Parts: sequence; structure tokens; C-alpha cells
Amino acid sequence: MALRTPPLRELHAERGAKFTEFGGWDMPVEFDGIRVEHEAVRSSAGLFDVSHMGEIEVSGPGATALMNRLTTNDVAALSAGDAQYAAITNESGEMIDDTVVYLLPDGETYLFVPNAGGDDAVFDRWTEHRDEWGLDAVVENATDEYAMFALQGPDAVETATALSDAPLADLNRFTVREASVAGVDCLVARTGYTGEDGVELLLSATDAKAVWEAICDVEQAGAEVQPCGLGARDTLRIEAGFLLSGQDFDVDSNPRTPFEADIGFAVDLDTEFVGRDALAAQREAGVEERFTGFRLTERGVPRHGYDIVNTENRVVGEVTSGTMSPTLDEPIGMGYIPVEYAGPGTNLRVVVRGNQKNARVQTLPFYEP
Amino acid sequence: MSFDIHDDCRYRETHEWARPNGAVRVGITDFAQDELGDVVFVELPNVGDEFAAGEEFGVVESIKAVSDLYAPISGEVTAVNDRLADEPELVNEDPFGDGWMLELDLADEGELEDLLSPDAYRDQTE
Repeated sequence: MALRTPPLRELHAERGAKFTEFGGWDMPVEFDGIRVEHEAVRSSAGLFDVSHMGEIEVSGPGATALMNRLTTNDVAALSAGDAQYAAITNESGEMIDDTVVYLLPDGETYLFVPNAGGDDAVFDRWTEHRDEWGLDAVVENATDEYAMFALQGPDAVETATALSDAPLADLNRFTVREASVAGVDCLVARTGYTGEDGVELLLSATDAKAVWEAICDVEQAGAEVQPCGLGARDTLRIEAGFLLSGQDFDVDSNPRTPFEADIGFAVDLDTEFVGRDALAAQREAGVEERFTGFRLTERGVPRHGYDIVNTENRVVGEVTSGTMSPTLDEPIGMGYIPVEYAGPGTNLRVVVRGNQKNARVQTLPFYEP
Repeated sequence: MSFDIHDDCRYRETHEWARPNGAVRVGITDFAQDELGDVVFVELPNVGDEFAAGEEFGVVESIKAVSDLYAPISGEVTAVNDRLADEPELVNEDPFGDGWMLELDLADEGELEDLLSPDAYRDQTE
């Protein structure tokens, strides 16, 4: 199957980006090196092309009911221009995906952002359930019409403001508004996946080049905005303790509930969503395993799939994400382990190519600005 | 993009270089370090360990990947680059120089001839 390409594939290639396949998309993984890009986001600003993220729009009289039946949070709590994090669960309460739901400034249209490659399956899920329940809602998969950029870092909002017709500093976290950026109509959201302040821009794919180039040309304190690839996006989100769909949970190979993944804040059991009863029962009973962070205290890099063992050499879990943290300069990782081992300071070991390396449980996130 | 290739080295298809100069110094190529990206950890053998040509002698880890290292020739390890323990980034900064990994005594001159010439390696990476 041919890879899907972001609208600016060629522009990124000319800039010297390296590419990788991710979720069926051919995406820039690196422009100038993961460490350089990572540090730019932590110290000033970095710009990511995240056009591989899906965009599904839901509108009509039954839109709120449909959204509330298929996402774990309560969209009825959103005012126009609000955003919320949510999971999409099956009848067993296991996560199919996680997403950010926006109620657009028109107050009528929901836009949500499934992960790369998940847009078709999620679109089908929405239309099937709409029809099954007889809801009057229009569902549109607009993934190919949108470009999406993430401008992240302590200088990100100032950079976006410099190009905008409206001030953006007063845009609250997890809200979205319409603004012109570099002369192009955008949805500007104070959201992100790096642990830093910043904005995400949703705009027409046909206008992508003008906005990308304008942002790259803004100088803040003499430094230009650093273009960043998926490599730095991954190291940044691991430091922030954020889940990656398909890697930290996977409904087929590693099914996990939002409570196991420690995102209970995104679950509202007072709404009637698919998976609600299973999750209510799990809340009552408590989870046996929980998504937990740890640092290696020896040299080595924990990576996806490595075993986690207790001090009696028994395998108690598996690393789902790990890296050498560029900010902390220490190896960090995350995975699901029994709750009796999940307390901060607990000593565990990670098996790195046959060698056990000492690790210590640490409260997430690893890094906060 | 063009990568440094040194004329005084021979090369393995797996992107190690071998530079005969008394003992044979071994490292990874400029192409290899660029593919790996930021190197964070290099696992090397001890002086006195012996390897056959093509045998795995260590591991290099970057932020995004882990890659095995293969001995270009057979021999006993006579030196390892201890600086890489604290400065693994030398592999990125100077792959043919300060980022070298180990030295092997040369048991069989003929094994050098089995490796790729600089031109042959250049063809492989272009």
C-alpha cells in the first residue's frame, strides 16, 4: 500500500529531512538531529509537521450524543472553543485510540484528532454507531483536507502571535480559536504533545506552505524556529509521560484501559459511552497493573519490548516506551507493572540485551517546564 | 549529501572501517553515524578479547536505534577507546578520528583484502 504523504513532503525533503514510515504515512523523523531539535523545543521553539494526525468532524443535532457514546469524556461539558482529552474504548473498556476533542468556535461542530493511520477505522466506527443508534449527525473524515502543525516551546506562543492578526497570549490551555496566521485562516489551539507551552495549528492543506515557511522565518532573540521531526516528538512526549497510541497501548497486542494507563481524568463514568460499564467495574475493583515511569540507574537504553523484572528475577512487565532523555541525560522508560511495584522509589530491573540493568520507579512526568 | 570516506581505510558492508597502522584501528563510518543520529552509548569489549572476522564485538546505541558492531578482521583486542564511555558523541563528531572504537592485532593480512576498498564502499553508500 502506498504511503500517505503530508502536503509539505517535498519542502521537508529539500530542507534535508530524513523520513520514516509511521502509521502509514511518510513523515520527517529528523531535520537536524533529535538532540538539537529536542533542545530547541525545551529552550525556545520548534515546529512539527503533524499532518499525519487525523481530523474527523462531527456536526448535526445528534453530534453531542454520538461523541459522548464513543469517547470516554463528557463533551457536553465543552463550551464553544474548548478542547478535552479523551479515550476511545471498546465494550471491554480497552483503548482503541486516544484523542483530543475540540468543540469549534461555532459551538456546533466537534473536531477530533485520532492518531496516524486511525482515521479510517475511527470514521467507520462513528458512522456505524450513528446508524445503529439512529442519530442525526454528519461525520466527515477531513484528514486529507487539513494540514496540522505543532509549534512548541517557551517562545512558541510569542512566535505565533508575531504572525497573527489577533493576540494569542490570552488563549487558555485546551482552548481553540480562529485566527489568521501569516495571512491564512487557521484554528489555533493551545495544545501539544511535548510538555511545553505551545500551540497547534489546523489549516487547509493547500495553504500549508505559506504558514510553515512564515513560522520558520520568525526570529526570536536571534534564533529561528527549529523544524522538528517525529524523533524529537517522541523523546519530548516520553519526558512528559504521554502515551503513544499503538506503542503504549494497542487494542490487539497490548489492550489497556484508561485506568491502567493512568488517564482516569479523561473518563467520565456519568456518561453512557461504549465501555463505560466495564470501566465502572474496574474503578470499583481497582487496577492490577498501572502505567509507570522509571529511570535506569546504570548505562543502557530501555526500549519497547524489553522485560522488566523484580529483584527476585521474576518478569513483572514490559517496557512500552523508552529513550535516553536528552534533557535529563539519563535513560528513562515507561511500561505497565503490577501496582505493588508502581510506588516511586521501588527498585526494578530492565533486561537490556540479556543484561539486567537497575532501574527505579519514578512519578511521571520525568520533566516539567 | 556526501559523507567522508577515508582512503587509508578498508570497509565492511555493515559500515565499520578498519585502518591498518601496526594494529588495526576500527570504528564506524560517517555514513553510519549519520544514519544512527545522536549516539548515546557504546558497548565495547575488553582488551584481550578475541574476535573472528564478522563476529559481533559490541553495540552502538543512538537515541532512536540500537545497532550491532561487527569485527572487520579477526584478531585480539589490544586497545579500546575509553573516552567513548563518557563522550559517546565523539562517534558523531569525529567518526574516523576521536570516535574510534577499538584496535585489533592483525592475524591475517589477507582479511584486509577481503574488505571493501574506499571506492567500493563509496559506491555502496551512494
